[in-house]
Amino acid sequence: MGKVLKPGVTIKGTKDGLLFLLDESRPFSVILSELQYKLEQSSNIWDGPDTRVRIKTGNRQISRSEEKELRRLFSARKNLIIHSIETEGKSDGGNMNPGIQMLAGTVRSGQVLEYRGDLLLLGDVNPGGTVRTTGSVFVLGALRGLAHAGGEGDESAIIAASALKPTQLRIANVVSRPPDEWEDSETSGMNFAYLINHQIAVDKMHHLSRIRPEIEWKENRFRG
Amino acid sequence: MGESIVVTSGKGGVGKSTTSANIGTALALAGNKVCLLDTDIGLRNLDVLMGLENRIIFDLVDVVEKKCRIKQALIKDKRCDALYLLPAAQTKDKSAISTEQLRWLTYELKEEFDYVIIDSPAGIEMGFKTAVSGADRAIVIATPENASVRDADRVIGLLEKENVGSPKLIVNRFRSHLVKEGGMMDVDEVVSVLAIDLLGVVPDDEEIIWAGNQGEPIVLHNKGLASKAYRNIAKRIQGEVVPLLVLEKENKMVARMKKWLGFA
Repeated sequence: MGKVLKPGVTIKGTKDGLLFLLDESRPFSVILSELQYKLEQSSNIWDGPDTRVRIKTGNRQISRSEEKELRRLFSARKNLIIHSIETEGKSDGGNMNPGIQMLAGTVRSGQVLEYRGDLLLLGDVNPGGTVRTTGSVFVLGALRGLAHAGGEGDESAIIAASALKPTQLRIANVVSRPPDEWEDSETSGMNFAYLINHQIAVDKMHHLSRIRPEIEWKENRFRG
Repeated sequence: MGESIVVTSGKGGVGKSTTSANIGTALALAGNKVCLLDTDIGLRNLDVLMGLENRIIFDLVDVVEKKCRIKQALIKDKRCDALYLLPAAQTKDKSAISTEQLRWLTYELKEEFDYVIIDSPAGIEMGFKTAVSGADRAIVIATPENASVRDADRVIGLLEKENVGSPKLIVNRFRSHLVKEGGMMDVDEVVSVLAIDLLGVVPDDEEIIWAGNQGEPIVLHNKGLASKAYRNIAKRIQGEVVPLLVLEKENKMVARMKKWLGFA
């Protein structure tokens, strides 16, 4: 044995349960097999009352299939309940991030489209129609009705539309309506609405990466 | 087996009954056997527009309550042999008939007629739901005004929920000079909001008010644009492809001069 390797999976006890730290520098498959070994072998220490488990993946972004695999391993221990899976700088507070949902069709007057998570609507939202999500709302079409993003208080949610001409916009618990006279230059092109200082602001789509640098696309970011 | 078509709009006063009367008459003139069915119980109008008010003996409620046979309640039009009217009751209200009863009635009528045109009441309550329940297809009427388009949009949503196959749109009371001045929505704008197929555009015409008060549907006599628009709509209902009317009333002489001079 040369140097002693830091374990891929570190388990710590905390006030409200167990904390699993998954080393970000090693391949995920190695982490998984180590985790499986630890969960299956040392059988006696896992027996006990229901325990809340927090998993921290460091800087590693895990995909949905990887997350599924992770949850499958934990399902072998019925008393271990996954409370959250956290990535550095980003926490989804125990809710599984369901990814972005794509739906097509027109939301007409009197109709309400509700969704948990981020929603991409291929179609129009007409005046009198409502789209309400806990995440962000993206409309590939005209948004002429009401859109409510971040319905459970997510202030980082945004609302974007090919034609942003809403009757009202809501993000988290802030309500806003467009000024009575919008200039054409404001409504032409793709715009998005976001929350800043508890006010809803509207800006051109190409400014989004400046306002939300954490989601900015960068070259080489996803390599190796 | 014929086809039942409901004419509806949500908003009142946009021309449902006038459109029903004219489309029905135009379909009958084209050689179809047509029945106009007025479901606006308590506020019947279709008989007045058709000039058949004084011939009513039995009505819709009498038929569904089996107080008379369907044939006894049908009023034959005084001008068209192939056109019949089944009037609504004036003394009852919308709760007098159920969706099952109307479904039964339209089924029976479809056996006899090529087209059953159901004139729906305004609103989206029970009367509307009853009228829609008997329909195979739907025609939504909207005028180029915001309030009307909103209501039409709501109704289209409800029609989709009731599973009435893809509704078609008629834009009624269109005034081209107002659109030019920017005071009215253009047809394209209405269609882009409602996102359904356009069946036709009927221009606003004082002649229609004249004709309505005379009890004569405008398609019977008038050679004007509105009359032509109704006949084109009837053709499209029968599956023909007819180009949209040019509603601009440009002076023919001026147009010809422009053409000579190379402006148009």
